[in-house]
Amino acid sequence: MSGLRILVPVKRVIDYAVKPRVNRAQTAVETTSVKHSMNPFDELSIEEAVRLRERKTVPVEEIIAFSAGPPKAADILRTAMAMGADRGIHVQVDEQTPLEPLGVAKLLKKVVEASNSNLVILGKQSIDDDAGQTGQMLAGLLDWAQATQASKVEIGDGGEVTVVKEVDGGVETVRAKLPMVITTDLRLNEPRYASLPNIMKAKKKPLEKKTLKDFDLEAAPRLKTVKVTEPPPRKGGVKVEDVDGMIGKLKELGAL
Amino acid sequence: MATSSRLVTSLRRISTPRVAPSFQRFRFRPANQIRWITAASSEPHQPDADGTVKGAPAPAKTIAFTSEKYDVQRDSKYAQLSEDHVKYFQELLGSESAVVDGVSKDATEDIEPFNSDWMRKYRGHTKLVLKPQTKEEVSKILKYCNDNMLAVVPQGGNTGLVGGSVPVFDEIVINLQKMNKIRSFDDVSGVLVADAGVILEVADNFLAEHNAIFPLDLGAKGSCQIGGNVSTNAGGLRLLRYGSLHGNVLGIEAVLPDGRIIEDLSKLRKNNTGYDLKQLFIGGEGTIGIITGVSILCPQRSPAVNVAYFALESYEQVQKAFKEAKGQLSEILSAFELMDGRTQRIVHDVTGKKMPLDGDHPFYVLIETSGSNADHDSEKLQAFLEHVMETEIVSDGVLAQDQTQIQELWSCREGVTECLGHWGGTYKYDLSIPIAEMYQVVNDLRDRLTEAGLLGKEDSPVIDVVGYGHMGDANIHLNIPVRGYDKKIEKLLEPWVFEWVQKRNGSISAEHGLGISKKPFIGYSRTETMLGLMRQIKDTYDPNGIMNPYKYI
Ligand SMILES: Cc1cc2nc3c(=O)[nH]c(=O)nc-3n(C[C@H](O)[C@H](O)[C@H](O)COP(=O)(O)OP(=O)(O)OC[C@H]3O[C@@H](n4cnc5c(N)ncnc54)[C@H](O)[C@@H]3O)c2cc1C
Repeated sequence: MSGLRILVPVKRVIDYAVKPRVNRAQTAVETTSVKHSMNPFDELSIEEAVRLRERKTVPVEEIIAFSAGPPKAADILRTAMAMGADRGIHVQVDEQTPLEPLGVAKLLKKVVEASNSNLVILGKQSIDDDAGQTGQMLAGLLDWAQATQASKVEIGDGGEVTVVKEVDGGVETVRAKLPMVITTDLRLNEPRYASLPNIMKAKKKPLEKKTLKDFDLEAAPRLKTVKVTEPPPRKGGVKVEDVDGMIGKLKELGAL
Repeated sequence: MATSSRLVTSLRRISTPRVAPSFQRFRFRPANQIRWITAASSEPHQPDADGTVKGAPAPAKTIAFTSEKYDVQRDSKYAQLSEDHVKYFQELLGSESAVVDGVSKDATEDIEPFNSDWMRKYRGHTKLVLKPQTKEEVSKILKYCNDNMLAVVPQGGNTGLVGGSVPVFDEIVINLQKMNKIRSFDDVSGVLVADAGVILEVADNFLAEHNAIFPLDLGAKGSCQIGGNVSTNAGGLRLLRYGSLHGNVLGIEAVLPDGRIIEDLSKLRKNNTGYDLKQLFIGGEGTIGIITGVSILCPQRSPAVNVAYFALESYEQVQKAFKEAKGQLSEILSAFELMDGRTQRIVHDVTGKKMPLDGDHPFYVLIETSGSNADHDSEKLQAFLEHVMETEIVSDGVLAQDQTQIQELWSCREGVTECLGHWGGTYKYDLSIPIAEMYQVVNDLRDRLTEAGLLGKEDSPVIDVVGYGHMGDANIHLNIPVRGYDKKIEKLLEPWVFEWVQKRNGSISAEHGLGISKKPFIGYSRTETMLGLMRQIKDTYDPNGIMNPYKYI
């Protein structure tokens, strides 16, 4: 078979380790001067694409990292390229009017067609909106096979793809022919660090800037966020002096 | 960056299946007394191949008594503890948990954690632990002890590395863990006022909520107390950026042996009115009084933090990298930590953790920048990284792309202390040496031990000789992990190490202090005149000598 042409969409989100705060107006999460990084699931996707290339069972012709987002999304495309993607496509989208999953899926479909991709690896969800829909919608729009929540991916030289999927309480193994959409789950791999030599090489890799218009798309949001609220704060515990104090407290609470 | 999860989580691999692999790596367990208190807890020095800590803790009994290892005699001027003494303290402190009484009953189990130190190297014979809650209680305890000639040891988180925080004989342990309240924070001046027993990490987490940072950070932050930090004048990972506690501590509240309370929780940066007495308590190691409260200047927390980790092929290159980092990163440089290749291999071998860089390199460096503007910082950092790569000062490196990776990279540095203890023990020397010669001591000592036949074979008693530390402060930790503490090894180490340092006008104790382990050697770094003045100070503050005896000077 001919080689793999892999498309990996990545998203810039608030860093996993940062505790998000709701803004005063309760309309959104505070994003200014908050650390942003690549969606952790997307790191897994990039890593998997690079590992497919390194495994050499099937030649990988190209790995494209793609992001639709504000100007800063270019940073994570550079990270993706430092990890091993060959080039980047950045569709600039205003931060105020972000795309909904269907909009992203439609856009990805056009990118797939334009770059003649035969494998799309996406995160199973993005940790900011937790929508978890894009991969599935894209597979639907393309009418391709899809395997979600992958914890292992193998591609034979005839182009048959075997994916071990995480399902509740176990795993499920599925097989399909390319082209295919795969979404990644946490145990798939351990993403590598971006090494300095690769960070520098990544600076020279091509990064195309596009707009929605270039794809003949308009993706006005259909949903309006009415309100964002934090979970109720955990009620503080009390400290007991000693075992007797603990037993007393438990009795008082009716637990003993 | 100082983040809680870096230390509070344990060496244990997180086993929940649905945890991102990138979050699933190792964290180092803080030195913690908890490990004694619950029977189920593990001895942190014995993780198995995949980094999991298993098995029962090695019994404290296997630690030799300090009194047997060192040539010290109990001073007969101190009274023997009696049940009457205990009764006095019980009435004074009221609550049962405030007195661990091994005098009128057997409380060996409960007392053991207070008798032995983090390194499992020092062990005392105390029969009584007191945990006061207020400065008044501390004052009454000390006055009573002073009047009755009862010797005491102030104890914080018990993470000190020179045997200062545990008794030698039957000194009463006065543990500050119940004095753990944050008293105030002024977010304009940045002045924090807190009880001495507040755990460093708790203080720093509190400050993080107010966009401020504690000006000190170190590997034991999950257990050590700010009173203990001040008493040891701890240096730590960010001294390079924020300076020493001698500058940042603005005031202290302390109790003298005769019960007088020094109330000097000043919030002033400037106060030139006479001798600055608080300085004597900073690094005083509990020998002239007990610190009960601290006021300290805390800088703004930097919103933009970056961490890079490099491999370098020689110590010359390390020095060049340091110079470049100072030149190009200047005001945003917040840490420059050196680890030799051997320490990193040990971290890898002990934890099973995948290291950030492939291959073996003789030196590694961790650089942290902290600034207020992410774009500005990353521009500077990029330029610096490009420069050191292009000029081949560093041979390989990685740059953390997210917070999780930042913590991962830090764990390669902060995990060193703990991993070194894996085989049974570590001889530790914490030295200030002029930077050009700093690493030479490691090579010289390795040669010396190899020649003596103690190092180099599968089953040699010495595992290795390694060096790591705060390059930015010309402070190296010379460590000798061993299978067991052994006089034969000691004879080759001391006084050789101290003489080596003296010849270069270095300090035999850069930041860990004197305690019992460095007391005999202070003469290598201080003159007789200075020692005489120090003794006079000790006598002025503590004429009966009840405070932390057998140690310091
Ligand atoms: C993993 C690890 C990493 C470390 N890294 C560093 C480092 O980078 N830099 C550094 O400088 N040190 C380091 N240390 C050692 C450091 O000295 C201690 O961790 C810390 O500063 C001691 O605080 P503590 O509360 O545990 O004090 P303890 O160990 O309990 O006591 C230390 C000394 O202070 C006295 N003392 C304690 N509290 C009081 C008080 N309230 N009043 C009067 N005297 C008191 C004790 O009597 C004793 O002499 C490290 C230790 C560990 C275990």
